[in-house]
Amino acid sequence: MGRAPLAGHPAAYGRDMRDRLRLPSSPGFWRSPLRGPWFTSVLGLVLLAGITVLFVTGLVSYAAYNPGLSPVNDKTPDKGLLGFYLFAWPTGPVWLYRFTQGVHVTLGITLIPVLLAKLWSVVPRLFTLPPARSLTHALERLSLLLLVGGGLFEFTTGVLNVQLDYVFPGSFYPLHFYGAWVFFAAFLAHAALKTPTAVRAVRRRSRGEGHMDGAESTTAEPAAGAAPHPGSAQGPRAAEGTGAADVGRSAGAASGPGAAEGLRAAADGAAGEGRTGAASGPEVAKGARAAEGAGVAQSAGAAAGAGSGRAAEGVAGAGPGQSDLVSPCPAEPTVSRRGALALVGGGSLLLFVTTVGQSLGGAWRRTALLAPHGGADPGGGPNGFQINKTAAYAGITPADRHEDAWRLVVTGRTGTVRLSRAQLLALPLHSSALPIACVEGWSTADQWWRGVRLRDLAALVGHDGDPPDVLVESLQRHGAFRRAALRANQVADPRSLLALHVNGEELSPDHGHPARIIVPAAPGVLNTKWVARLTFGDL
Amino acid sequence: MPHLPTFRRPPLGSPLELLLLACSFALAAYAGVRLLAGDWTGVALWIVGAALLHDLVLLPLYAVLDRAVTRGLRAAGRRAWLPYVRVPAVLSGLLLLVWFPLVSGMVDRRYRSATGLSADVFLGRWLLITAVLFGGSALLLAARLRRAAKRRSPDVH
Repeated sequence: MGRAPLAGHPAAYGRDMRDRLRLPSSPGFWRSPLRGPWFTSVLGLVLLAGITVLFVTGLVSYAAYNPGLSPVNDKTPDKGLLGFYLFAWPTGPVWLYRFTQGVHVTLGITLIPVLLAKLWSVVPRLFTLPPARSLTHALERLSLLLLVGGGLFEFTTGVLNVQLDYVFPGSFYPLHFYGAWVFFAAFLAHAALKTPTAVRAVRRRSRGEGHMDGAESTTAEPAAGAAPHPGSAQGPRAAEGTGAADVGRSAGAASGPGAAEGLRAAADGAAGEGRTGAASGPEVAKGARAAEGAGVAQSAGAAAGAGSGRAAEGVAGAGPGQSDLVSPCPAEPTVSRRGALALVGGGSLLLFVTTVGQSLGGAWRRTALLAPHGGADPGGGPNGFQINKTAAYAGITPADRHEDAWRLVVTGRTGTVRLSRAQLLALPLHSSALPIACVEGWSTADQWWRGVRLRDLAALVGHDGDPPDVLVESLQRHGAFRRAALRANQVADPRSLLALHVNGEELSPDHGHPARIIVPAAPGVLNTKWVARLTFGDL
Repeated sequence: MPHLPTFRRPPLGSPLELLLLACSFALAAYAGVRLLAGDWTGVALWIVGAALLHDLVLLPLYAVLDRAVTRGLRAAGRRAWLPYVRVPAVLSGLLLLVWFPLVSGMVDRRYRSATGLSADVFLGRWLLITAVLFGGSALLLAARLRRAAKRRSPDVH
C-alpha cells in the first residue's frame, strides 16, 4: 500500500495532510523561495520609474491632440480638472510626438513582464486574513483593487488598441485616459506607502546584509546574516530520497533542529488562531527576533505577518526575513533569485527588440517581428510606407477623389473659395520632410512631402500675416477624426502643408489623395487625409 | 445585570496613511465617475475582471504548468533540463500573451483592411521565434551535456 511507509511517521504524515489542505490564506500555501521583500522591491522600483514615464508620456499624448482647442479634437469633453495642465502643442522638434508616443507604447509593452512578475511576487497578500486589521488597512486593500485592476485595465486596453482589437467597453480615448487617472491615483498612494520600504529592502541587500544568491543556494530570504532555513536545506535531499516531494518536504521540516520545530508550531498556531487580534502580533514578532540566532526567523516572521502584518512591518527593518512575503516552508529552489530577475529582464528585452523597430522605422522596422506595424512596408515605391487607415477602410471611393468631382472648399474672413486639384498645383508649392507618428506608437521616418502651405491657404481667404486656427474636414463619412482642428501655431508653421505629393510622386489613395494635411510633431490622426474642407477662423 | 459583550471598535490605523488614502480615493472617484459615465457595468466588469482573471486564472494556470514541468522533469531524472525548458517556454508564452489578437488571427480582417498589410505573417513569426528559442535552448543544453561528458571521460578511461 502506498501509504504504508508513512505509518511509522504519524507526525510527518499529519503535517503533510495539513500542508495539502492549506488554503491560499495560509502563508504555508505559498512555497516559492523566490518571494521576499528584495525581489518584490526591485520589481516595484522598476515599475515606479517605468509607470511614471508611462503616465507622463500618456498625458503628453493627450495634450498633443489639443483637446482644449475644439470639441472635434476632444474625446473626453467632461474631463474637468483632469485637463488642468493642457498647453498649446508645439510644432517642433518634428520628431516630438514620434518620440513621446514611441516611448509610451514601447515602454508599456516592455514593462509587461515586470508587471506580471511583480503581481506574482505579491500574490500571497491577496489572500491575507483577516481581510482588514484596521480602517486604514481596509482602505489600503480596496486601493490595491484599483491599483491591480486599474493597472491591468490600462495595459490591456493599450495592448488591444495597438492591435486594432476594439473589444473594450467603449471608445479607447476616454477609457484609457480616465482609467489612467484612476490607476494613477491608486499608484501614487501605493508608491508613497511602499517606496521607503522598497528602497530600504534594496539598500540592505546592496550593503551585503542580504541573503546568498548563488544559483543553487537560493532559499527564502532569511534574516540578516542568518543561515538558510533548516527545513528547506534538508527538504530537497529528503525529497530525492523518498521520491515524493510533499512527503520529503515534511520529512525535511521534521528533521530540522528542535528550535525549528517549536517555531514552526508557533507559526502554525499564529496562522491558525492568532488572526483575531493585532495584540498577538508583536509577541510573535518578538519571538521571531529572538529566534534570529537560530536562523529560523522566517517561519515566525511569516506567522507574524499572518497574525498581524502591521507588527511584522514594524519590525521589518530588523531583517528582510520577517516579511510576510517570505514563504515559511519554501520549496526546493529551481532557479536563483538573480536568475528569475534575469528571466523577467530577458522577457522585457525580447518584447522590446521585437517592438521598437516599428517606432524607429527604416531598416529597423524589419526587426519588429510581432509589432502591428513592424516587418514589411505596404507595397513599394514612394508611397510604400505605413498606413493607419486605407481608403477602402475609410469608405473613400474613386468617384469621391475624381478630378472632376473633388473640390477643396476653403472658407475664411473674406468668404469661400473652391479649388480643383489643378488650381492647387498652380499655387506656390513647398516641401517638408516630416514623419507620420501614430497614437498606436508606430511611426515612419521623415517623408518628403510637397504641397501648399496652410498659411498660404489662410491668406487666400483673408488671413494675411496672422493665420488663425483651422477646422479640417475629410471626405470620410465616419471615423472619430474625420473632422479635426489645428491651432494657429500649427497653421502658421511654414512646414505645415496641404500635401499633394509625397516622395516625388502623387499621393496614393491610401495616403490621402487628392490632398492631405501634414503638420510637424502632430499626432497622426490630426494629419487629415482626403481633405474636403478647410475653415479658417478662431475656433 | 447581564454583562453585555463589549463591541471593540476596529483600530483606525495611521492617520497620515488614512489621509493619503482619502486623497487617492478622491482623485480616483473624480476620474472614476467619468470612466463609468458610459457603459459602467462593462467598465467595472473589465477592471474587477482583469484583477480576478489575472489572480485567479492566469497566475494559477502558469504556476500549475510550471510545477507540472518541474515535477515531470524531476520524475524523469532530468532536473538539469528545467531552465532549458522553462526559459524558452516563458518567453514564447509572453509573446503569445501580448500579441494574441494578431497571432491568433482574431483581428485578421480589420487589420488587413485598415493597414493594407497581411495579418497571416504573425502566427508564422511567433512560431519561428518559438522554434528559435527552443532550438537555441536545446543546443545550449546539448553543449553543456557534452562538456560535462568530456569532463567525466578522463576518469572513465
